[in-house]
Amino acid sequence: MNFATPNGFNLDDSGRRMVVDPVTRIEGHMRCEVNLDSNNVIRNAVSSGTMWRGLEIILKGRDPRDAWAFCERICGVCTGTHALASVRTVENALGIKIPNNANIIRNLMQATLYAHDHLVHFYHLHALDWVDVVSTLKADPKATSALAQSISPWPNSSPGYFSDVQAKLQRFISSGQLGPFMNGYWGNPAYLLPPEANLMAVAHYLEALDFQREIVKIHTVFGGKNPHPNWLVGGMACAINLDGPMAAGAPVNIVQLNLVSDIIDRTIKFIDEVYLPDLTAIASFYKGWDFGGGLAGKNILSYGEFPGKANDYSNNSLLMPRGAIINGNLNEIHDVDLTDPDQVQEFVDHSWYTYPDEAKGLHPWAGVTEPNFVLGPKTIGTKTNIKQLDEDAKYSFIKAARWRGQAMEVGPLSRFTLGYAMGIAEFKDPVDRLLTNLKLPLAALFTTLGRTAARGLEASWAAHHMRRFFDQLMANLAAGDLATANTDKWDPSTWPADAKGVGFAEAPRGALGHWIHIKDAKIESYQAVVPTTWNGSPRDPSGSIGAFEAALLNTPLADPNQPLEILRTLHSFDPCLACSTHVIAPDGGELISVKVR
Amino acid sequence: MKQIIILGVGNILWADEGFGVRAVEALHERYEFPENVRLIDGGTQGLTLLPIIEDAEVLVILDAVDYGLSPGSLHLVDDDAVPYCLSAKKMSLHQTSMLDVLGLARLNGRLPARMRLIGVQPLNLENYGASVTPSVKAQIDPAVAETVAFLIGQGVVVNARPPDQQVEPLGPLCVGLAAYESGCFA
Repeated sequence: MNFATPNGFNLDDSGRRMVVDPVTRIEGHMRCEVNLDSNNVIRNAVSSGTMWRGLEIILKGRDPRDAWAFCERICGVCTGTHALASVRTVENALGIKIPNNANIIRNLMQATLYAHDHLVHFYHLHALDWVDVVSTLKADPKATSALAQSISPWPNSSPGYFSDVQAKLQRFISSGQLGPFMNGYWGNPAYLLPPEANLMAVAHYLEALDFQREIVKIHTVFGGKNPHPNWLVGGMACAINLDGPMAAGAPVNIVQLNLVSDIIDRTIKFIDEVYLPDLTAIASFYKGWDFGGGLAGKNILSYGEFPGKANDYSNNSLLMPRGAIINGNLNEIHDVDLTDPDQVQEFVDHSWYTYPDEAKGLHPWAGVTEPNFVLGPKTIGTKTNIKQLDEDAKYSFIKAARWRGQAMEVGPLSRFTLGYAMGIAEFKDPVDRLLTNLKLPLAALFTTLGRTAARGLEASWAAHHMRRFFDQLMANLAAGDLATANTDKWDPSTWPADAKGVGFAEAPRGALGHWIHIKDAKIESYQAVVPTTWNGSPRDPSGSIGAFEAALLNTPLADPNQPLEILRTLHSFDPCLACSTHVIAPDGGELISVKVR
Repeated sequence: MKQIIILGVGNILWADEGFGVRAVEALHERYEFPENVRLIDGGTQGLTLLPIIEDAEVLVILDAVDYGLSPGSLHLVDDDAVPYCLSAKKMSLHQTSMLDVLGLARLNGRLPARMRLIGVQPLNLENYGASVTPSVKAQIDPAVAETVAFLIGQGVVVNARPPDQQVEPLGPLCVGLAAYESGCFA
């Protein structure tokens, strides 16, 4: 069947169906099915996954001041950003103002998360979609050195250095235990880099692995606990005493602040001298591969982040702006109001939940999470072993989040597109520079490669803002302002009997909202709409498709048995799956299976 | 002094996924250790656990492990038998499991010299919002005892805490086992 969706995409499900499915005993992962035409081009895409549908049940009846500690357990990658959204929603509901220092420290923690998450995403998840590890063995270390030195002043660039890395990889690969690189699609024709660029990138994969451990020390200084930082409704849990001693549980002192300052300098240097040059080099070989756009540049949303002024969450204050763009009209920025019942809504007619009226969406304050796992008539397989989904029926545990009825893309590319459209120099200039370097038009930004590039530009933006936030903090402390928490409304007797709040954050991977209803000092309801609810949305009652599905369309696969291009595009969103994968399976198992039927 | 890390991992919000964290909590509540022994609630953290593992000379991991045994079985493996691997094909960084973290430590040439994995076969990993199931919960005490015995074998002086001792909890009290279960729907 061939038809056009209301949001402007043509779907054709007549071709061969291909299923990309994570192999896991645990329900809760992402699955993707596509139909290929006779040229192995994707003509229909179906994305299914699980979100945290139990959160509202876990939190109901609990103390709102504790919600962050549960929320940070949702996910091991988004730990801090969930905690941030959670404390903000409680503060919003109860009218709690936080001190300047707390705002600055939160900004610093969030910018640190961006730098860490983007770096780790690029090197340790996404790079291997572009970089062929096995090809590195064919590289000439001298030519690799020449390449590295031509693009960056980064010091680890001698022929001997790359020769050592190559020998290490050779040992790994010939040991038969490919370690980090087992079961990749090595040798696939969709890999386009020469061996030298592959070797340079893999060397930096290893360096980034070492460097990422430094960045997170900033979270330990301000969050106290490693690896789960402490957060606090009303501010931050860390007291500051510049001249205080070094001791467990003691206030943050000047020695620790100096450590933070040093890590910030090194983060800026690593991102600007390693990450960004690698990104540009890789992009230069892939710039003809212009697939994966989908909703990018068409329908995009950002809630905004990094309040420049404490307690001011308006666009006057947010350093990363809030807004929506629809139908590709970059000349019109729409205001976004998270409290408006007609704006953010979730639909479930294609999701495994039930609503009284599934033709309508529900705002999160009115949200209902009632599971209803039923399979459509065209499903192949059974509930415990689905071989093929029926996308005309319910097919995902992710609800379909919509803004004024529109499917939206969220994430670094959406944030940069919004900043670009608003003409804000710190977003527009780096985009223009990159496009000029690569001799590409603006349209090239709205692709998988553009999504990946925007994440790199944003990592640099975040690293430089870490410096700015740190300097603000030091200036405040020098002026004698040491307050990090406001406990005026800590006692529930000061709260209204009934209060609603919304807290938002821009997580590294996109817009995150937590909506709370507090009644008699307890949580009456709690709903989180997370970035992957937006990007991983299934279809809605109008038939519009979500960002993952749209982005996969019209992409040709070089080898349908090796869906490298599908992983490349899905990875470019940095998808968030419910984190429960810490069960060690003795065989190591493959993480995905591919079936063509 | 050699650095010894006792690492409990898993998602406390997903029934038996929480076993490792609950076991390390129990260990912390009942015993005192010398300064070179650190107890870590690793939660669902991925790469952020890498430095913790790489800095250890002796590592004990407590986790739910799928060995295809009957639910609630405790299973111990040592050193080279501790599985590690990494995949280039994971869908998301959220699939960075202990396996990957150990694989990366090996890639860096920084695997701990001694490792012991104390795993329990889970019954239920899907019941979001629930706590550890009874058969898995019953293995917390044996897992604590195994950990203590292993540490004594490593020459560590382990002392039971006096019954009336006030203990600073490992994490926020509200997500500790008792408080968690008091508001838990299962």
